Amino acid sequence: MGRTVPALLVGLAVVAAGMVLVLVRVNPYFYFAGYVILQYVVIATAWNILGGYGGYVNFGTPAFFALGAYTAVVLIRSLKAPLPVLIVAGGLVAALLGLGIGYLTLRLRGVFFSIATLALSVVLQTIIMNWEYVGGSRGLSILRPSGPPFGNYGVFLFTVMLGLAVVAVLMARFIERSWIGRGLAALRDNEEAAECMGVPTLRLKLFATTVSGFLLGVAGAPFPYYVTFIEPNSAFALDYAVNALAMPMIGGTTSWIGPVIGAVLLGTAQQVAIVTISSELNLLLVGVVLVGFVVVAPEGILGLVRRLRTR
Amino acid sequence: MAGALLEINGLTKRFGGFLALNQVSIAVKPGERFGLIGPNGSGKTTLINCVSGSLPVDGGRITFEGRDITAMPAHRRTRLGIVRSFQIPKPFTSMTVLANLGIPLENAAHGRGADGADAMQILETIGLANKAHLRPAGLTQIEMRKLELARAMAARPKLLISDEAMAGLSSAEVDDILAILFRLNEQGITIIMIEHIMRAVMRFSERIVVLDAGERIAEGTPDEIVRNPAVEKAYLGE
Amino acid sequence: MFSWDLLANAVVAGLLLGGFYAAVSLGISLIFGLLDIANIAQPAFVIVGSYAAYVLHDAYGFDPILTGILLTPVFYLLGALVYRIYYASFERRGDEALRGLVFFFGLLFIIEVSLSMKYGVDYRLVQTGYLSRSIEFGGVGIAFRYLVPCVIGVAMTAVLYLFLGRTFYGRAIMAVSQDQAALRLMGADPIHIKTIAFGIGIAAASLAGALLISIAPVIPSTDRDYIGRMFAITVLGGMGSIAGTLLAAVILGVVESLMATFFGPSWSLAVSFGILLAALAVRPAGLFGR
Repeated sequence: MGRTVPALLVGLAVVAAGMVLVLVRVNPYFYFAGYVILQYVVIATAWNILGGYGGYVNFGTPAFFALGAYTAVVLIRSLKAPLPVLIVAGGLVAALLGLGIGYLTLRLRGVFFSIATLALSVVLQTIIMNWEYVGGSRGLSILRPSGPPFGNYGVFLFTVMLGLAVVAVLMARFIERSWIGRGLAALRDNEEAAECMGVPTLRLKLFATTVSGFLLGVAGAPFPYYVTFIEPNSAFALDYAVNALAMPMIGGTTSWIGPVIGAVLLGTAQQVAIVTISSELNLLLVGVVLVGFVVVAPEGILGLVRRLRTR
Repeated sequence: MAGALLEINGLTKRFGGFLALNQVSIAVKPGERFGLIGPNGSGKTTLINCVSGSLPVDGGRITFEGRDITAMPAHRRTRLGIVRSFQIPKPFTSMTVLANLGIPLENAAHGRGADGADAMQILETIGLANKAHLRPAGLTQIEMRKLELARAMAARPKLLISDEAMAGLSSAEVDDILAILFRLNEQGITIIMIEHIMRAVMRFSERIVVLDAGERIAEGTPDEIVRNPAVEKAYLGE
Repeated sequence: MFSWDLLANAVVAGLLLGGFYAAVSLGISLIFGLLDIANIAQPAFVIVGSYAAYVLHDAYGFDPILTGILLTPVFYLLGALVYRIYYASFERRGDEALRGLVFFFGLLFIIEVSLSMKYGVDYRLVQTGYLSRSIEFGGVGIAFRYLVPCVIGVAMTAVLYLFLGRTFYGRAIMAVSQDQAALRLMGADPIHIKTIAFGIGIAAASLAGALLISIAPVIPSTDRDYIGRMFAITVLGGMGSIAGTLLAAVILGVVESLMATFFGPSWSLAVSFGILLAALAVRPAGLFGR
């Protein structure tokens, strides 16, 4: 616990630095790209809490992300709710989805959880596409609220996402260093042995699924304001599914640092590449990189660094 | 049996059409050194899996310290003090040997008087102290077996079930493990030993139960068991 | 708005659909049900089969079902190759739970995006003369477009069932799923057997794909529609039981058809997902079972 206070201070410093950046006149495109990269920091960190720490692979990241986004849409349309409410609500609804899917499948082998999450995105997308209130398949225009606290709204969203990224990373770090994180590692290594050593495996798995879902929903909640036109194809984009896997895999799944490294590296690369190559080719390359890493360097960059260190 | 630590009544377990355990009843006294033997496939490990909670039962009751634990999840049974080691070692491969012990210490033994220093003590007792900061991948066969036992000890057991901890070990190594088990029993831990190495079981056990084809066929002191014709038949005559 | 006619048509359509769904699921029933390899890329191979049939029909006018059958050796080899890579990278290292799964997802992803890049997102459908016809049977209309794939699906099921029960390699595949040690004693190499089984599974997928594009329009992302269906059928059918796969496929087909007729077609995916979850909930084998 003695390390938590310094960590919090570092987190606050990062947010403060972000806000200072706002005062300096930076190319506005930086904020758009930066928002996407920070969003991926949250997504990759969230995925890793269940996937890297616990060993349970979630292929349905778009479902959770989009659920957060569309919860926000419902609250914007019905109550004109402020951003903090959207974020918390989006997180809670996605957390419930995580808990539900977990409860139904986590007593079985991990592969069934993964298969269920794979099918989940498609089903949820179909439901949303048939729901007129949130725009259905045609989409919905979202008006940004007037008067953000500072700068223009794009800059404001960037700072918000920066704050969310810091929160997500701090949560992951806290979990990782607690008995929960150690218990998750034990159940990832050998679930039967962990259970027989007193680890409450089912409870920990449900915890991880719920927290992971929560953070994914949180990442999605500001999305309607960011894009100002929400439609299912972008909310449920395949990008989220593959990046949520690739970023932790590339960075390293055993620690909170891995997803951050992966998100910054891969996210930046994609933002740069997007201007030169088609989005499909970009996705294809991410897929190839993912498969490459999983075959050749499954422990990611962190693992490679660790191996170089112990030479 | 009155005052029994562990009582199994009419335990039945099926795998599809195969009857692995048929109405097995066993009672273990507190502080006892109890041996469980039987030919391969007689249901010993299945019985242990049912007692530890890894497998649900199809019939019968399991009582520990007077409490019905038949429906209790495995991790809670461990917290009550029922601990088992695995026949094929199942270490936590991503952690050091020391951290492997940390898991039972902070989960199974939680709130029952354990702290960090105990892990090193246990490793010293069992002879693994110099490997404390290695990953399990760097251990030899017998060291892995010792780790299994050390982990079980770290869970602060009241009842320790040792599942073939000595299989494939040399004579000296068997004596090594035996000495550790004797010492644990002196500290008050009830021990159920499942073994094929007869001299170890005979020397260690105060009472032995014999299983064959999922049924209890004999019970008694080591001398009684050795002279029991039904036991001979189970092992030799087919 | 209910009528017996509507019901009868829905049920018959469902039965026919079920036969086709069996064709789609046979591969994963073999690969996941029997071999316990969670190949979530299977639907992508089905779509590859669809596009192969489409391309050859478009270029040379080949009949799609004929193409499907003729291409099975090619897909068999592809499947064998994929398994070898999977084995060398993951199974051999004991890493299949997490990394093997991600590998197959990566494969699914790469295949879908590649098809998307090559063929775009226009719907493709193959229409041939005989498939456009239909017959009347007891007041119910039966389209050849559905009937032929159904018949082929049932035939594929029968062939696979006989293969697994009556031939040496078939029984070896059944054995490998239960006891690899015994198989070695029999003189068969489990890896070789699994390679064959995986190859057959992919070949079945590609043939199902050729059938699919004769029934309904296909785009690269159609694979996602079949993930839920495939696994729902495999789990419901009893993980590796070929006869069970056919029965489960027919049940799913009928339920989907009824839902589509009376509540609208957009609910079909929810049906398969719901059946998947229900089947998983009811499965007696928990975490330590099979």
